[in-house]
Amino acid sequence: MDEISLAQRVLAGERRALARTISLVENGGQPATEALATLYPHSGNAHRVGVTGPPGSGKSTVVNALAAAARQRDLTIGIVAVDPTSPFTGGAILGDRIRMQDLAGDPGVFIRSMASRGSLGGLARATSDVVEVLDAGGFDMVLIETVGAGQSEVDIAKTAHTTIVIEAPGLGDDIQAIKAGILEIADVLVINKADHPFADNTFRALRAMLDMNSGRPAYTGHHGPQAASSDGQEERATTPAEPDWKVPVLKTIATEGDGIEALLDTVQQHQTYQIEAGTLAARERARVASDLETRLREVLLEQLIERIGPEAFGETIEEVLARRLDPHTAVADLIQKVGPLAGG
Amino acid sequence: MADRKIRVLIAKPGLDGHDRGAKVIARALRDAGMEVIYTGLRQTPEYITEAALQEDVDVVGLSILSGAHMALVPRVMELLADRELSNVRVILGGIIPDEDVPTLLELGVSGVFGPGTSTEDIIAHIHQVVEIA
Repeated sequence: MDEISLAQRVLAGERRALARTISLVENGGQPATEALATLYPHSGNAHRVGVTGPPGSGKSTVVNALAAAARQRDLTIGIVAVDPTSPFTGGAILGDRIRMQDLAGDPGVFIRSMASRGSLGGLARATSDVVEVLDAGGFDMVLIETVGAGQSEVDIAKTAHTTIVIEAPGLGDDIQAIKAGILEIADVLVINKADHPFADNTFRALRAMLDMNSGRPAYTGHHGPQAASSDGQEERATTPAEPDWKVPVLKTIATEGDGIEALLDTVQQHQTYQIEAGTLAARERARVASDLETRLREVLLEQLIERIGPEAFGETIEEVLARRLDPHTAVADLIQKVGPLAGG
Repeated sequence: MADRKIRVLIAKPGLDGHDRGAKVIARALRDAGMEVIYTGLRQTPEYITEAALQEDVDVVGLSILSGAHMALVPRVMELLADRELSNVRVILGGIIPDEDVPTLLELGVSGVFGPGTSTEDIIAHIHQVVEIA
């Protein structure tokens, strides 16, 4: 099976080809590049919904219920569920399917588990590429479940059109709620396990936090300061503010399906809002810009280290280790040595 | 393709609820650097095959302690073949009487591992039967 025909079989809706192509894309290199080149012109139709929140808040269960509800509305659903890779062994246990049994056997659903493979932002490096593959495969909605996120795993906001942040009652006081982090990336906030006695407290704390600001703030990604610098490129790598979108706080009991219809309604309302307000296009532009920057950075770094040479790089490591050189000066020296990056 | 990982689906078909062994294996394979998709209890052969397809795994590990292996395993092998997943290796763990082992191997099961098998043996077996391109 060569890559081109495999990718074409994805476009024809073959599930085995889809699964194989996802592996190719996940493993990277030239085969991934070729497969994505074939598929990319055919993607861009799916609504991409991110689901994030702390471990144990019920992300997989919400995804399961949300997908089942969307199937009732005749939407086909692709799911990417990311779990963490062990930093010690490189292995992973991917357990999100356990909570997605209701979807088994439905040809309108395709679930793929992904290990984070060393990425720290809550997604794997290749997650956005896998989303492109599912999108090209013709799914109406792609649900992306992040690893159990703490306070800074906010990459999902760049990949998704609608980000659902799930909180469970009793996890923290109201100061947690006003800290920076994943609450700020929410387009929709969900308090799952709403039958818990602390659910109303959590609801009030989150509602109060949201009432302090109006609408979803602009998200500047990992390199906010540069992106907002005065070089006239303010829009670069920044998701747009959505001032007219008042972030709803919903309550669900996902194991029972309670509140899930309302959640799906809200996701679809957000989709409609984004199309009408033009923020969907702006988000896509920001996503592409950020994606290109990340890829350029990776390639440049690889080339740069190659140009510096392993020996010189090793020597610099030793110098810094011995504290004869500080890391800032070391970088300046290395860049000085290889000269301007353009050309040979 | 430096990032290629061995992917293993660990599933418990049938009705017994004892998943401790399956969890121990999942953990050991993770520690051996593999990506283990754990699907939980009471999986039908149909669900297992579909999950193996979607997850594009190299190996399916079945844990069966109910004695139903001679019904479940042939069904899984048949469904895998139907879906052109014959390249997927199937290993079996649990309570499997010795006299059933030759038949299971003939069906295409690549290894049968009973109680007391060391996890190293299972890991070595997987490395042996999965060719990494």
